[in-house]
Amino acid sequence: MNGLGELERAAMDVLWDRGEPVAVRDVVRALADRDLAYTTVMTVLNRLAKKGFVRREAGEGRAWYYAPVASREQYVARLMLDALSLTGDRETALAHFAQSMTAPEAEALSQALDER
Amino acid sequence: MNAALHLAATLVLCVAAAGPLARARWVWRAPRTGILLWQMLGLSWALSAVGLLLALGLASYDAPVPVALARWADDAVRGEVTPAAVLVVLGLLSALDLAIGLLWTWCSVLRVRRRHRDVLALVARRDDAAPGAFVLDHPQVVAYCVPGARSAVVLSSGALTALTRDQVDAVLGHEHAHGRERHDLVLLPFSALCAVLPKVRLARSVARAVALLVEMRADESASLRHGAQPLAAALRRFGSTRPPEGALGAADVAVEARLDRLAGLPPLPAALRWSALVSGLVLVSTPVSFLIW
Repeated sequence: MNGLGELERAAMDVLWDRGEPVAVRDVVRALADRDLAYTTVMTVLNRLAKKGFVRREAGEGRAWYYAPVASREQYVARLMLDALSLTGDRETALAHFAQSMTAPEAEALSQALDER
Repeated sequence: MNAALHLAATLVLCVAAAGPLARARWVWRAPRTGILLWQMLGLSWALSAVGLLLALGLASYDAPVPVALARWADDAVRGEVTPAAVLVVLGLLSALDLAIGLLWTWCSVLRVRRRHRDVLALVARRDDAAPGAFVLDHPQVVAYCVPGARSAVVLSSGALTALTRDQVDAVLGHEHAHGRERHDLVLLPFSALCAVLPKVRLARSVARAVALLVEMRADESASLRHGAQPLAAALRRFGSTRPPEGALGAADVAVEARLDRLAGLPPLPAALRWSALVSGLVLVSTPVSFLIW
């Protein structure tokens, strides 16, 4: 269960749970049951940063701190908007079962996305 | 001039047939035949539109289009250009426009999907109630497929609450059919056509007709495995979350059509299916025979 995708997900969960910038060693500690090397966690966090999911900032000493760019709810809202083709010309990107969203609901989703 | 006449006739036939075919209900009874027919019609249209310009521009060479095009290019390199060259250049440019439109649409679709999959990997979970699918925690009733080499089917937790087990299976069957049969690749050229010809209403109604047939094909596949009843019930469940007042949008019309079909439209007899396909082949063979020699 320690594939890169799975680790990214676990690291992201740690960052979302903390709600404040977290140092690499704290993520290692939070994922202690997986017995990961410091450099592995570093790689995972850097991959997430490259994909634009987390922000990296310099903290005290020489350590880097990582924080999520958006909340989990905002990412879910973005997927929902994608799924309903409400984000532009995405009709062919995804195939949805049937349109099921009302205008106010779509509005609420868009707002969830804007709250940053 | 012979080639130009044939190509012009094919072009007129394609444009004239597109409107009635987009409104036709009989294709609902054989969605796969309908999709193939549209693909052949679209290909004939594109080939004969480009071919007509080339054939007119190259008429003076009195040779098959590929041969004449090669000679024309030789002449053009030597600086011997006639006024008819405008038509040849226009033909080549429109071919290029169509190709770029296709590529552009494909790239933007891939970009959206990659991003979508990346996010999905972080926030979706697996659930025993929806085997083989990703589940998103959101109250909205949503089900969709992210097509690709390994397509992903996604269901919202709202859909899991709203639907019975049978209905969930039917919806998953529908979405898996989209992924398995790569319906996104069917839709791609028609979306590209809309992007290349944004002002043309016919292009949009054609794209909508093809999209409906693709949904019907997925319905067909799902109802073979899981029955038409649960699928229709799920469709109604999705529809009922929309506001009751106001005019029906395109999506509602499509849902109504799919419900009509599931309620028991008889499949089209094989003889009719085959004659439709043969007509399509005859149509597409005209431009192909003049352009690929």
